[in-house]
Amino acid sequence: MPRYLTRLAAAAGLLLSTGVGAWAVEISISCSALGKEYEVCKEGVDAWAQKTGNTVKIVSTPNSATERLALYQQLLAAGAGDIDVFQIDVVWTGILGEHFQDLTPKTQGVLEQHLPAMVDISRVDGKIVAMPWFADAGLLYYRQDLLEKYNRKVPQTWAELTETARIIQEGERKAGNNDFWGYVWQGRAYEGLTTNALEWIASNNGGTIVNATGEVTIENPNAAEALKTAAGWVGTITPEGVLNYTEEESRGVFQAGNAAFMRNWPYAWALAQGDDSTIKGKVGVAPLPKGGADGRHAGTLGGQLLAVSKYSKNAEAATDLVMYLTNRDEQKRRAVEGSFNPTILTLYEDADVTKASPFIGNLRDVFANAVTRPSGVTGDNYNKVSTEFFNAVHQVLSKRSEPEQALQRLDRDLKRIKRNGW
Amino acid sequence: MTEAAATGTPSAYASIRGGSSALTRTRVRAAWTFIAPTLIVLALVAGWPLARTIWFSLTDADLNNLGDYTFIGFENYLANYDGEWFGLLTDPDWWLSVWNTVWFALVSVSIETVLGTIVALILNAAFPGRGVMRAIILIPWAIPTVVSAKMWNWMLHDQFGVINDMLLRLGLIAAPITWTANPVTALWTVVMVDVWKTTPFMALLILAALQMLPQDIYEAAKVDGVHPVRVFFRVTLPLIKPALLVAVIFRTLDALRVFDLIYVLTANSRDTMSMSVFARQQLVDFQEVGLGSAASTLIFLIIALLVVITMAAGRVRLGGDSR
Repeated sequence: MPRYLTRLAAAAGLLLSTGVGAWAVEISISCSALGKEYEVCKEGVDAWAQKTGNTVKIVSTPNSATERLALYQQLLAAGAGDIDVFQIDVVWTGILGEHFQDLTPKTQGVLEQHLPAMVDISRVDGKIVAMPWFADAGLLYYRQDLLEKYNRKVPQTWAELTETARIIQEGERKAGNNDFWGYVWQGRAYEGLTTNALEWIASNNGGTIVNATGEVTIENPNAAEALKTAAGWVGTITPEGVLNYTEEESRGVFQAGNAAFMRNWPYAWALAQGDDSTIKGKVGVAPLPKGGADGRHAGTLGGQLLAVSKYSKNAEAATDLVMYLTNRDEQKRRAVEGSFNPTILTLYEDADVTKASPFIGNLRDVFANAVTRPSGVTGDNYNKVSTEFFNAVHQVLSKRSEPEQALQRLDRDLKRIKRNGW
Repeated sequence: MTEAAATGTPSAYASIRGGSSALTRTRVRAAWTFIAPTLIVLALVAGWPLARTIWFSLTDADLNNLGDYTFIGFENYLANYDGEWFGLLTDPDWWLSVWNTVWFALVSVSIETVLGTIVALILNAAFPGRGVMRAIILIPWAIPTVVSAKMWNWMLHDQFGVINDMLLRLGLIAAPITWTANPVTALWTVVMVDVWKTTPFMALLILAALQMLPQDIYEAAKVDGVHPVRVFFRVTLPLIKPALLVAVIFRTLDALRVFDLIYVLTANSRDTMSMSVFARQQLVDFQEVGLGSAASTLIFLIIALLVVITMAAGRVRLGGDSR
């Protein structure tokens, strides 16, 4: 009864304060349900529902990103208004952008608080089609205890990483652990390989496959050199099985204590430091190594955004929900409770956030230097570009093709996809 | 067919021949009335989607905006821009997927036929617990493909998989094999899982044929002291050949449109991509409804062609048997 009253009061308050004549509406939002995501999302939308008197329904979507995108495409292509607010991946704005409301007028004065790279991604043809919600970037995980044991520093370049990994691997194997490997990452022919390979290439000044003006730039000696280095790892410091590893398989090897280094997203931190982890307290994170002395640290930018469907019947309320969920207070709550990396820059210095997860404080520079996949400029064709790219890289890694040849073919194929423009 | 009809109902045949009596007209009308629902349903569920797919294959339709497309003729199949050829027929990935599918169909159906025959022969023999055995052997076939493919995926996992663990313990391999990732083993792995799954189906069809065989021939062979292997090749095989052929055609058609097994085991990997996986990738992942429809249309044509060839081959051989 009291709850009913507060809700009524809230609704009345909303009516009085905003003068909106409409009755409370129901908004449906698609929240991802990986790990803690569902729970944290639900708390957020419930708070908004309490505040505004509307109700919110959370729609479950498939866990696999590819499947989720396919579902969204089908819903949006049919112009269905079943879901008002979509949680989308950073690389989908180009593909789905035309189905989303233009949020530009609502975001004046708020956008400047967010990571510039995330804002760039949410803009399609000059319009803001989605709001940044949380960020992700590729990181280097290392075993602090093993670096100390072998008296090595955290590697700053890929060459240093290769050498350190080799030394630790040889040492550990001599000590009797035959399953020990130097470095694990994601090498399956899927989107994850695109993010990994982009890091090697961008850190070696080899560009980002397609540059900001839409030119195909992948065929260059720096990119070939980066791929050659990576192909050299497979079978030496990296198990051959990495060619079918996604994030979880590589974490499996690392967390079992069988690898010195791992490339992964920030989510692996909480798990590696969990109570049931064999490597609890022995792990460190650092930016991914540079290509060489004149290279740069480059983690691929990931993360999620919230967008409002063009076909929503309650666009006004849905937009309000998006702005609420992406505002500073809510992002702070999510950072404290769920370790989601905020997209609002000042939160990286917020005392509560850094106290709750000290790890987040170190990430600011990683995000500031993050490299973005060419999803904006290639638009609808991004999936094709990414597929061609990871297939070409996979060929090189499995030693079925030389880097130069593979990149030459890739260059031709990408130009073919581009034809008269993306 | 016509002969049977003619001998079966001579009066009806004669009346059709003779012209249009009132009775014939009523009968023809009645026939159409009874066939009409089937024809309408067929047109709706098979004809319309097929026609629409073929139509889409001649357009530049996009999944993002299905209502807005233009007719582009055969450009999805073959087109020439600035002296360079584009289109499905020049796409090496498409031809690789065609090759993968045909190879998969040939190898898996061959193995399934041989194994299915052996299993059927065993189940045809009288032994205690035969009924239970017959039920048990059907389990792989009864499990939904997605479930069994996922199950195999875990069993074949290079780190935690039970298959690698067993082989390692037995000392048959020195390091875990990456079954689904390695381009050399990936397609064989898919074939292996398919054989596991569909051999029971083949066995069941062949068993049905075996049960129909007359026992006196076998008794005669026994009396004459013919070796059992010889009996199988000279008596059993020729007799079950028609049923075997039907089973093979069924399985081949099924194998040519393979999708779920490959998609769950190896997703969109180029090494194992079948025609259906290719079409889905174009349609859904790349939003190219036009190109995807062109691929679907080609799949339809390829399967139709292979069916005609198989049926022609089957008829020739069947004709040879009856002589």
